[in-house]
Amino acid sequence: MPDEKKICMSGSGLTKVFGFGREKCLAVDHVDFNFYEGEIISIVGESGSGKTTLAKMLLGLISTTEGEVYFQGEKRDISTQKKKTEYWKNIQAIFQDPYSSYNIFNKIDAVLLDCIHMKGGRKLPHAKKVELMAEACGFVNMKFEELTNKYPFELSGGQMQRLMIARIFLLKPKILLADEPTSMIDACSRATILDMLMQLRNEIGMTIIFITHDIGLAYYISDSVYIMEHGKLIESGSADEVILQPKEEYTRRLISDVPKIHEEWDLSTV
Amino acid sequence: MSRVMLEVKELTTKYITRFREDIYAVDHVSLKVEEGKSLGIAGESGCGKSTLALSLMGYYFAPLHYTNGEIIIDGRNISGMDPDDVRKSILGEEISYIPQCAMNALNPTQKIINFIEDVYQAHDPYKTKEEIYELARECFNVLGLPADVLQKYPVELSGGMKQRTVIAISVILFPKVLIADEPSSALDVTSQKMVIKMLQNLMEKGLIKSMIFITHELPLLYNVTDDIMVMYAGQIVEKGTAKEVVFDPLHPYAKGLMGSIIVPEKGLRGIKLAAIPGVPPNLKKPPVGCQFAERCKYVQPECKTRSVDLREVEGGRAYRCIFSEEKLRDVYLREAYQNAR
Repeated sequence: MPDEKKICMSGSGLTKVFGFGREKCLAVDHVDFNFYEGEIISIVGESGSGKTTLAKMLLGLISTTEGEVYFQGEKRDISTQKKKTEYWKNIQAIFQDPYSSYNIFNKIDAVLLDCIHMKGGRKLPHAKKVELMAEACGFVNMKFEELTNKYPFELSGGQMQRLMIARIFLLKPKILLADEPTSMIDACSRATILDMLMQLRNEIGMTIIFITHDIGLAYYISDSVYIMEHGKLIESGSADEVILQPKEEYTRRLISDVPKIHEEWDLSTV
Repeated sequence: MSRVMLEVKELTTKYITRFREDIYAVDHVSLKVEEGKSLGIAGESGCGKSTLALSLMGYYFAPLHYTNGEIIIDGRNISGMDPDDVRKSILGEEISYIPQCAMNALNPTQKIINFIEDVYQAHDPYKTKEEIYELARECFNVLGLPADVLQKYPVELSGGMKQRTVIAISVILFPKVLIADEPSSALDVTSQKMVIKMLQNLMEKGLIKSMIFITHELPLLYNVTDDIMVMYAGQIVEKGTAKEVVFDPLHPYAKGLMGSIIVPEKGLRGIKLAAIPGVPPNLKKPPVGCQFAERCKYVQPECKTRSVDLREVEGGRAYRCIFSEEKLRDVYLREAYQNAR
């Protein structure tokens, strides 16, 4: 039921301008959106269309020039560091490059322990902590016993990205922001990671904001799709609506750019 | 049968680690590419795709070492040649390579034209700068790149443009064989399409005679190449035309790869993607018998004890499995039927 869905995050007139004067660059241009709880939302666009800037604004990593973000019906307040930390308990992110997402001096147990501590489990007995960590590793099909005493750089890219998901599993935030999580790993591990994200949504009821340039991925994983062009959200709707009956020329172009196997791939339109 | 541009017979190369361990990353690979044809190589990361590409150039540097086998480019055997001769007379002119991370392939302190001058002068030291500029401009024109790119530094170019510039530089001496190692993996879909169009353009105009295209994106491979070869743990596990391999894969590994295809087509949403569990074997201690046995759904006891040879079937196809063609097709069909229920 569409009217029963609760809005998890929304934005009105969100704008980001980089630089000023003649060098002004409008990266995100008055964007409005409503993200519903428990949905997987995709934001699709070319490189340079402002997807990552929007993501950073939602995360509170950069300030907004104009507009407001509403989180669970209330205006988001991240004016102090303390409030920011509080906010980040509810929203977490996975980034594009797994190789640079970790502190290289920390071992994997430390990475996962940090998450338990962040959730307020500092006083838990050690056995309980190990159990929690093992459960998280089990969720992403990895064995905790093999990972202890290893550093993140000893893992492959796909494994690192899965470990990122294990972190998210421990933290259980309300919103997960995945910024091209699969663009640097091969097609086979990609399928695993997409399935894990969907499992996260099904088991924990997390809202996932999935940013990608590949409309095929967006179609596979998401419930609703937003198309972004030059900082504007130009089309939105459910995945079937947007991809099977696109209204905008730009969306049609994005779809035609992806190689397909059952239909002819038209190279003449570049 | 048209002319064979590149023929590789039983090529084996190895890495030697600093602990003196041998890692056979390319293991008895044989392939043939005819004039005007393109060959795609598919496989997971860590399957030896990129090592094969490096090995095909015949220019080895530590830790990669040549063991045995032959590489014949247009009738000329380059496998026993001196590395310096290979660099001077083969690379660039006979065979050329587009590296995986073209974003970092250009020198940030050099203009594109200086880079091209270096390439030309390594092969013909008597060319003047003016001549080189004219040739480069002409080449860029044919490839549909603006000529003012030549006077720019790499940082001034966008990712897609950089990649196309690198392709232009690698074909500037009109090699017979072009090896493209994941040329579009770091690009977005629109730039990817431009790069692919440029490569097809090169083939159509005959600037390059044949191409080897390496990627893990199967829909892309299907659209770009004529033939596909699937690699696993340094070995070829399946060979066939693009259509055969994508729609009717025989080897269980190839079948598993096809399960990870994602395309924006109707009916995709309901499908559950089938990823292959596990990781490729450690080639320091390769398993006895079939390399894929550890991860195979249909594994038999004998798979783990005896090595499996590449089996040729009619129509130029080949696969590496103990089961017969009919048996494999039957098993897949039965599985699909069960999934549907």
